Amino acid sequence: MNAPLSATRRDACHHFLDEFRRIRDTLPGRQRPWLAHLRDQAMQRFMEMGFPTLRSEDWKYTSVAPIENGLFTLAACTSAVIDRSAIGALALPGAHLVVFVDGRHVPDLSRTDALPDGATLTSLAVLLERNPRGLAAQLGHVDDYPSAFAALNAACMTDGVCVHLARGTRLEAPIHLLFVTTSDKLAVHTRNLIVAEPDSCATIVEHHVGTGTTSCFTNTVTDIALAERARIVHHKLQQENTRSCHVAAINAQLAAESRFASTSFALGAALARADIRVALDGAGAECTLDGLYLPDGRRHIDHHTRIDHNQPRCTSRELYKGVLDGAGRGVFNGRLVVHPGAQKSDAAQTNRNLLLSELAEIDTKPQLEIWADDVKCSHAATVGQLDADQVFYLRSRGLDDATARALLTYAFAAEMIQRVELPSLRQHLDGLIRTRLPQSLEALP
Amino acid sequence: MLEIRNLHVSVDDKPILHGLDLAVQAGEVHAVMGPNGSGKSTLAQVLAGRDSFTVTRGEVRYLGRDLLALPPEERAREGIFLAFQYPVEIPGVANIYLLKSALNALRKHRGEAELDAMDFLALVRDRLKLMGMDEALLYRPVNQGFSGGEKKRNEILQMALLEPKLAILDETDSGLDIDALKVVADGIESMRSPQRAIILVTHYQRLLDYVVPDRVHVLSHGRIALSGGPGLAQELERRGYAWVDEMQIAAPGPGTTGETAS
Ligand SMILES: Nc1ncnc2c1ncn2[C@@H]1O[C@H](COP(=O)(O)OP(=O)(O)O)[C@@H](O)[C@H]1O
Ligand SMILES: [Mg+2]
Repeated sequence: MNAPLSATRRDACHHFLDEFRRIRDTLPGRQRPWLAHLRDQAMQRFMEMGFPTLRSEDWKYTSVAPIENGLFTLAACTSAVIDRSAIGALALPGAHLVVFVDGRHVPDLSRTDALPDGATLTSLAVLLERNPRGLAAQLGHVDDYPSAFAALNAACMTDGVCVHLARGTRLEAPIHLLFVTTSDKLAVHTRNLIVAEPDSCATIVEHHVGTGTTSCFTNTVTDIALAERARIVHHKLQQENTRSCHVAAINAQLAAESRFASTSFALGAALARADIRVALDGAGAECTLDGLYLPDGRRHIDHHTRIDHNQPRCTSRELYKGVLDGAGRGVFNGRLVVHPGAQKSDAAQTNRNLLLSELAEIDTKPQLEIWADDVKCSHAATVGQLDADQVFYLRSRGLDDATARALLTYAFAAEMIQRVELPSLRQHLDGLIRTRLPQSLEALP
Repeated sequence: MLEIRNLHVSVDDKPILHGLDLAVQAGEVHAVMGPNGSGKSTLAQVLAGRDSFTVTRGEVRYLGRDLLALPPEERAREGIFLAFQYPVEIPGVANIYLLKSALNALRKHRGEAELDAMDFLALVRDRLKLMGMDEALLYRPVNQGFSGGEKKRNEILQMALLEPKLAILDETDSGLDIDALKVVADGIESMRSPQRAIILVTHYQRLLDYVVPDRVHVLSHGRIALSGGPGLAQELERRGYAWVDEMQIAAPGPGTTGETAS
């Protein structure tokens, strides 16, 4: 039983190795020896680690078979032509817009001229060519890559966005990073680097969307560094079709008194996995992690979050909700580590799940590791169906059964939307949630 | 308007009502009284269509139709309103949204156009005033964080807006202070009309000082043990419910209902 499986896995890894070798000399920054070396090393690391199996604790409930069997191809650039109006329909009004199609920045479709002084926004591909000082350090050391997907990403990254906020720079309008995939059977590797200097502040929307019915694999990594008192709000929105796969990592490092808010709205794909890691590295840092996942049909959505309280007096708040319908499958794993010396840590984690069908499934697991004594930590996880008393109350007021259920489902999910401060995004998300309701609801008064 | 014949109801195979008869005509106000656990809420919920109760025997006719064959929303649209003993909290759904959806569901059923936002708001404001309620309650989630009294008023607000043909008020008076009781009683009294029937389910006689019923029934051991005029409520208050049971033992008999002079 194991032999053919691991053979498949080896084949899948070799497939990516072959692909990597095929496009290696067309990747951005190919003329930089250090970068070529990094890519080779990363690929080697990927081959050593291999794709994770169900035996790995972090992938216990999530099979990467759709990625292994997908025969995805790599491409350094894209020939895709995308309709301007399709982008217009997705762009958040008033935002600085950065568009990526099939993993490559498209300046023509982007709109960043209103960025204030102090905020620079560059495509990673351009930076890899330019090779500015400090870039190598920002990309990190291969040995530190936490997963095979991170290693594969470093080997194959084609583009991404690098945002730098100078000291005290405060963006009024959000930055909307729109990643669109169009080409069939394409594997897209993007890497985003966000650096917020002291007292700077910005909202960033990382939006991954598939078009049509093409099958794509997105493997994306976003690193966010917050200096003292910086504030970053990061919204991730993922909506792809059921033939696509999505693996994402968000790594945030917080210096003293900085504040990071992350939200993850996942509408899913054949397989969608997000790893969100927050390191509270400075005293008094704060983070909020919100999430909403809505697997239906045969979609699979997996969130793994990890918060490290490394310093004293840090606060973390986490609320993840799931609505699971059809034969949808959800995974939530919330790991919280309070390290020795991180006294006065204050952490609360909640995960609530609504199961709408008998075939839907959720695996939820809090993982608390507390090595300091003067701390406040709580966690709660619930899995349940719609409340029969609530359904009856609504029906006794004349609402039919389907409407009552849709309304209660909407209300459960909408709590996460109401927590979003950005009105344009709230509206977009509201529309998306409604498309997932079994019954349309008339507009709210 | 409503005719209940030989109603038997069980929950989880445990019989709660057995052989209940009750007839209510349009324009009448009936009080259904009885000790805790006698089955008052069960009766109210069965009439509204709660499916966790099983009707094992008997029939209920409402405006000439078989009520028990209708799902709860159809009953509501046909003019039945239940004010819950324990109004349900619905986080995430604004009170005003429920009010509007409920009213429009009724109007649609009657073939009337939906009210536009302005007309709707004017109507709701008018009813709010009647109930002495703050407009802010409209924008809060249904019943969530409402005080006991606010929840009860909110039920009567819904009734006043939906203008049912048959209103069943399940212990709307319990847990209210005297001022709130007066407001709620006035709200109920204002709904009295020749076209409407009201069933007041209550444990105490208190509310009946303000809303004087045409008939009073005492529920005991799953059936109407005693019926009478408004004076019966005062007699119960004086003698306690044990008195009804003693009378039952003294004069048992299937289907008999004791009568006292009012
Ligand atoms: N959902 C239920 N499950 C089990 N028993 C119930 C349920 N609802 C009511 N009962 C029982 O039925 C009886 C009547 O209850 P209820 O109708 O609430 O009485 P009342 O409203 O007169 O106080 C009580 O013994 C109560 O425990
Ligand atoms: Mg009761």
